[in-house]
Amino acid sequence: MPTFAALLRKDNQPVRYLVVDDSVFARKNLIKMIEMFGGEVAGEAGDGLTAIAEFNRTKPDVVLMDITMPQMEGIEAVERIVRQHAEARIVMVSSVGYQENILAALQKGAKHFVQKPVKPEVLYEILRYVLSDDPNAAGAPVALAGEHLS
Amino acid sequence: MRMELIQPFINAADAVFSESLQAPTKIADLSMDEETYRRKGIAAHIHIKGEIEGRVILDLAPEVALRVAAQLAGSAVTESEQVARETVCELANMVIGNSVTLLNDQGFRFKVFPPEIHMNDQGLAGSADTEAMVICMETPCGQIYLNISMHYLHRRRKERDTAPALD
Repeated sequence: MPTFAALLRKDNQPVRYLVVDDSVFARKNLIKMIEMFGGEVAGEAGDGLTAIAEFNRTKPDVVLMDITMPQMEGIEAVERIVRQHAEARIVMVSSVGYQENILAALQKGAKHFVQKPVKPEVLYEILRYVLSDDPNAAGAPVALAGEHLS
Repeated sequence: MRMELIQPFINAADAVFSESLQAPTKIADLSMDEETYRRKGIAAHIHIKGEIEGRVILDLAPEVALRVAAQLAGSAVTESEQVARETVCELANMVIGNSVTLLNDQGFRFKVFPPEIHMNDQGLAGSADTEAMVICMETPCGQIYLNISMHYLHRRRKERDTAPALD
């Protein structure tokens, strides 16, 4: 199992994540990786509608968002979240990774895309990239601490 | 049987199983089947409709599903039918999602329906022209079966067959 240096905010607090996926296993798997990266789970959701409510409630630093979900799909949830919170940092996590899907998600405001099954080292690099431009709405820019040690 | 339509599913299954289970997998057996499909355990049945059509069945014995569940969750899981069903669903979604990506990027347009889980004792009936490839994959958690039947939509096949050859 690779080890990773913690991804921390500039205020040295753990990065807070909202994990959105209708599969309990997928959420558990992502949460395991978040813990490996020194992060903290701010909330979980199993569909797009709940994700919007959880985003408003928890104001996470990063959202990990599945695409195919019941009630409201991930791309629509991204659009609605970004419309209200332009600073939201959302990474799409889906097994369906064809060009049209990726493009649609990015056009709606997602910052990046990672295909399932998720490799921890790939997600780590994507999070580093996504967090590196962090102007953080609360005024506490995210800093990336350390390098990937694996 | 169109191997160019089946190969993406085999490649995706191999990639998904070896990545999710953190160990290499291998094809233990390969056969053709024209009979009604008989489940080995818990089966996820996925329908595909569009320019290419067919169905994929992912089938695991319940004890294999629970071992996979523990591996996916990273810890021991409660042994329940619900956990086994969710595991098979999640595996099927990952395999189908990855194969759909490969086929979609090749230019095929089609719709994938959510997995239907079958646990009863009835077989999964196929249509008259169902000729399927059955692949048994050996994984560290046990054997996982894939039953794949894919073909081009007849209208598209006729168009392709009547098109002048390019050379």
